[in-house]
Amino acid sequence: MLKQCEGSVAIAEAVALCRPEVICAYPITPQTHIVEGLGSLVKSGALTNCEYINVESEFAAMSVAIGASACGARSYTATASQGILFMAEAVYNASGLGLPIVMTVGNRAIGAPINIWNDHTDSMALRDAGWIQIFAETNQEAVDLHIQAFKLAEALSMPVMVCVDGFILTHAYERVDVPSQADVDAYLPPYEPRQVIDPDEPVTIGAMVGPEAYMEVRYLAHAKQMQALELIPELAAEFKAKFQRDSGGLIRTYRTEDAETIVVALGSVNGTIKDVVDAMRADGVRIGAVSLISFRPFPSQALHDALAHAKRVITIEKSLSVGIGGNVSHNLRMAIQNPQVRMYTVIAGLGGRAVTRVSLDRVFREAMDDRLEPLHFLDLNHEIVDRQLERERLVRRSGPVAESVLRDVGGVTAGIK
Amino acid sequence: MNKPFAITLDVGSSLANKTGSWRTERPVYVDRLPPCNNACPAGENIQQWLYLAEEGNYEAAWRQIMRDNPMPATMGRVCYHPCEGACNRAHLDKAVGIHAIERFIGDLAIERRWSVKVEVASSGKRVLVVGAGPSGLSCAYHMALLGHSVTVMDAGPAAGGMMRFGIPKYRLPREILDAEVSRIESLGVTFRFNSKVSDLDATMREGGYDAAFLAVGAHLAKRAYIPAGDTSRILDALSVLRGIESGEQPLLGRRVLVYGGGNTAMDVARSARRLGASEAIVVYRRTRDKMPAHGFEVQEAMDEGVLFKWLSTIKAETEGPGGEGTFTVEKMKLDEKGYPQPTGEFEEIKADSLVLALGQDVDLSFLSKVTGLSVKDGVVEVGPSMMTGHEGIFAGGDMVPAERTVTVAIGHGKKAARNIDAFLRRTTHVPAPKHELAGFDRLNTWYYSDAPATVQPELDRARRASTFDEVVGGLDESNALFEARRCLSCGNCFECDNCYGVCPDNAVIKLGPGNRFRFNYDYCKGCGMCAKECPCGAIRMEPENI
Amino acid sequence: MSGPQRVKFYQTGTFTVGNRLLDISVRSIQSDADRHNSLNSGHRACQGCGEALGARYALDAAMHAARGQLVVANATGCLEVFSTPYPESSWRVAWLHSLFANASSVATGMAAAMKVKGRTDVRVVAQGGDGGTVDIGFGCLSGMFERNDDVLYICYDNEAYMNTGVQRSSATPPAARTATTPAVGPEPGNVFGQGKNVPLIAMAHGIPYVATASVADLRDLEYKVARAMEFRGARYMHVHVPCPLGWGTPTSDTIKVARMAVECGLFPIVEAEYGEIIGRRELRQRIPVDDYLRTQSRFAHLFSSRHLGGRDEARIAQMQAIADRNIARFGLMSARTAEKVNA
Repeated sequence: MLKQCEGSVAIAEAVALCRPEVICAYPITPQTHIVEGLGSLVKSGALTNCEYINVESEFAAMSVAIGASACGARSYTATASQGILFMAEAVYNASGLGLPIVMTVGNRAIGAPINIWNDHTDSMALRDAGWIQIFAETNQEAVDLHIQAFKLAEALSMPVMVCVDGFILTHAYERVDVPSQADVDAYLPPYEPRQVIDPDEPVTIGAMVGPEAYMEVRYLAHAKQMQALELIPELAAEFKAKFQRDSGGLIRTYRTEDAETIVVALGSVNGTIKDVVDAMRADGVRIGAVSLISFRPFPSQALHDALAHAKRVITIEKSLSVGIGGNVSHNLRMAIQNPQVRMYTVIAGLGGRAVTRVSLDRVFREAMDDRLEPLHFLDLNHEIVDRQLERERLVRRSGPVAESVLRDVGGVTAGIK
Repeated sequence: MNKPFAITLDVGSSLANKTGSWRTERPVYVDRLPPCNNACPAGENIQQWLYLAEEGNYEAAWRQIMRDNPMPATMGRVCYHPCEGACNRAHLDKAVGIHAIERFIGDLAIERRWSVKVEVASSGKRVLVVGAGPSGLSCAYHMALLGHSVTVMDAGPAAGGMMRFGIPKYRLPREILDAEVSRIESLGVTFRFNSKVSDLDATMREGGYDAAFLAVGAHLAKRAYIPAGDTSRILDALSVLRGIESGEQPLLGRRVLVYGGGNTAMDVARSARRLGASEAIVVYRRTRDKMPAHGFEVQEAMDEGVLFKWLSTIKAETEGPGGEGTFTVEKMKLDEKGYPQPTGEFEEIKADSLVLALGQDVDLSFLSKVTGLSVKDGVVEVGPSMMTGHEGIFAGGDMVPAERTVTVAIGHGKKAARNIDAFLRRTTHVPAPKHELAGFDRLNTWYYSDAPATVQPELDRARRASTFDEVVGGLDESNALFEARRCLSCGNCFECDNCYGVCPDNAVIKLGPGNRFRFNYDYCKGCGMCAKECPCGAIRMEPENI
Repeated sequence: MSGPQRVKFYQTGTFTVGNRLLDISVRSIQSDADRHNSLNSGHRACQGCGEALGARYALDAAMHAARGQLVVANATGCLEVFSTPYPESSWRVAWLHSLFANASSVATGMAAAMKVKGRTDVRVVAQGGDGGTVDIGFGCLSGMFERNDDVLYICYDNEAYMNTGVQRSSATPPAARTATTPAVGPEPGNVFGQGKNVPLIAMAHGIPYVATASVADLRDLEYKVARAMEFRGARYMHVHVPCPLGWGTPTSDTIKVARMAVECGLFPIVEAEYGEIIGRRELRQRIPVDDYLRTQSRFAHLFSSRHLGGRDEARIAQMQAIADRNIARFGLMSARTAEKVNA
């Protein structure tokens, strides 16, 4: 059913269509509207046979989901930013135990400085946690990915994180086609756990594993994600057959066939990138884009196939691996073993800074002219950082960075030295 | 279930890990000797019959007693119960009233006509028992059970010996004694009363006996030389007690002196009160705490109005002006060693009679023709098997060197019977080795709840002073059960499940009622908690050989 | 107290694990030859481990109450480590270990799953040590209480982080030596702080049932588990389990020491329903804290203080004051005489 609604509301409805049995709710911006929406659905009776639990922390949210999932209940929660870090230990634990929990991450920056706006630092912090991480480009895809996520998670007995850009998607009102319950039921069978805590057939789950077997356990998790590389496209194809929509898959290419320059990015920024690609194509520039949907597992082969013929690859990254640069681009380097391909990393949009067409157009052209440095910070105010660095060089007690920067920007006007 | 590798495990699979290899000490179940058993002259397994009584299984308890002692009802009344003196429970509150439970069980057996049967084939051997006192009866009973043909000969008119002719009825009703004697008789034991054996050799020969057990007791009253104006005033205790038993009324008068400090003196003094004496005065040369009589006998005598004159000896009797007796008494004092020494101070006491209770000697005349006997201090010496110096002739009771009590005599009878049996079968009787004593320090008394001793109801004292009714009442069933359950089961597992419960490694296997427990050394880590928390000290930790 | 069934009259066996003279229906679960043994042999707990014992006592009782329909969430700690090293598990119950701090939340999830699946016959127990309960897991625990989730949480309190080598937890008693509160300096051992009484905190949540218990009193412990299982909603049990390693006691003395902790008043055994104390186990043979502290090397410095050249009277008196306060506060002595008369 087509409707115009907030992304969070659409996601809530999609999750509800998946008939979750246990939902753990804890508020954190910008994810909050999702669990609010689910709360309304449960409270109103629209979503039945579901335990909606107001937990006291994100750590508890994931922990409750772990307990519920281990007992065979389809379990869901949502979080963002500090929340995912607060639950980090349990995030690892859920995947270690092989529990098919689905979690929405309303992507948001991590403090300090505290910042509620979008970037991907939060999901990236947990990229090695053993979860499948898929990124939605649009609210429609966010809806569709949740439906696929449950199926994927349960097929592999592995948790899935559906990453949705905070505010940009979660709070955006867009037209979304919310599938019917019947179609979702036909696509997503009831949860049949691979292992379950059951008093009638008791097992011990969560053993302590020493050096003699720990590596094997980790390897098996990796092997499972390698299986996901095959399963994800299959589920997307199945989804398309059922819902007549391209949603999901490992990657989605855009005008890359003859492209010399290909831009790779995660999530909603791909919309802007495609606009820039269209404009540059209109100018005759051979440029294309790849939307990386599955970040974990990392689709190395698919990317290799899509990018190997390009002269240069520009990665637009909404997270910074401090001290080296981009997370995605380093993974990409593993995928494209060809040293002839020039790789550019553009860190963009941290803490919610707008990623504009103008800026993207500029860096793409600089890259094509080989004028772009390998690691570029999009729209970084060099004047401010240089001034701060100089201040720090001169004065031992230079004060807090964020406040200094804000003063330089003009955000702090009070006469405090 | 297709279980994920390593993270998910099968339940209970740690049985593969044999933690017993950690052990440096291993627990072992032991049976230690309960102090009561250790103290019992009759060798009763008191702890065991109390265990059975605790369940209310009185018949099994009775049968357990009967393995060692054929006269529980009698014993529960007249035994001075050294078991209770040794009882560990006394450290907590009061000793378990073992004698009272034994009496209850014995009485119940009589009431319900429980009996024992001879369950072995006849040996064809003939055994003569001389004397139908406790020792002779005990020996006859055990010999009969062992398959021998037993004849008991006694000079007196009835069985019981001192139990009948020495112990007053108020302590041992005769119907109780008769019932227990007749139970022995029913095993096929032949009794021949009024048949004094005057020549043992001849009797043995004539009767074709293969062995003999002598238990004639000590019936000759010791006399003290007391110059007397009228010797008829001076009687001996055994004659008095025997006369009472025979229905005579000894003429003791209104004021009676009893000379001596033993239990017989108490019996006489208390009997005198019952015969109408307004005053019965016990004269004893030492102090109360030096008296050989048992404390409770003295107390009961005092309760009944018997008077005591300590540190006194009787020197002479003269005829008083009114025809009454006057006895000269010398005051004594104790020297550093506790012996009485004369002080030279005299006083006179008027009394109608004086009963001497100064002990008894054995009449050994019937043994004059028996060779090989050794007699010392007026008693017949016996070896560890109770055999005298003459092969095949055994002896026990008051006529051998030992404490002269009914229970010792019963014990002698049993011990002699087992050795006579071995002698007749040309084997050797090897008594079971004694276990280590279960002293109080072996117990973990936390697990025993506080329980007061059940005081036996006592007859009204006024009534007691004028009749020969039994003084001390018995326990009813609930009391007896309660009392039995006060037993701490020292040194012997009573299946409390503590070891089974407290083992953090489930390394104790419960074998079910009556079968106790077994350690599973595959898993026992040797922590020692079972031994520490065993209430009764039935687990010992032993070093492991590593 | 409504308490465990008082075993009257049977003198040998009133306080023992079993009693052959009792009717089978009222015998302790642990005395049953066919008891469940929820924690099986072969586990790797130290010799004389109070926690291993307490866990078997409690879970067997819970299994009994739940007629075998029991699932268990376990916090990280000794109990988890010694029971489930790959490839062997000692558990004979459906059991899940997730993390150190989240056993109560995991249990919440398990209860929710059972509810949503209509398996209301399945009961949920969460368990952990004092570290996982009183310290790191406290937030989750409080959340579980506040939501009144249908979980019985059992804390096995051995008064420090034993698994990591005896470090102080907020359940560590004052003056106790641990690896992080060494017995050196003018105030050796743990500080005399305000304490953190989780049973009272649990009561403040108004949950249906809160109880303390000790491995030294099996019948009381079993009664309390059974009672706890009669309620729906959040329930909390705090079970005192000595650790021979951490406390410095002989491995054979675990129960003895636990008993002394109760009898000196330092570990009060009480029971509360809906936030109100409804029962207490009165002291049977009261002892001074001296006797209790002396048994443990973690308190040895109180009796041979290097600074004072002998007994640390002031701090021993402080400990006694804590015990005295417990005795007064929970009425551990009031009806003692009456009880003696009834015995």
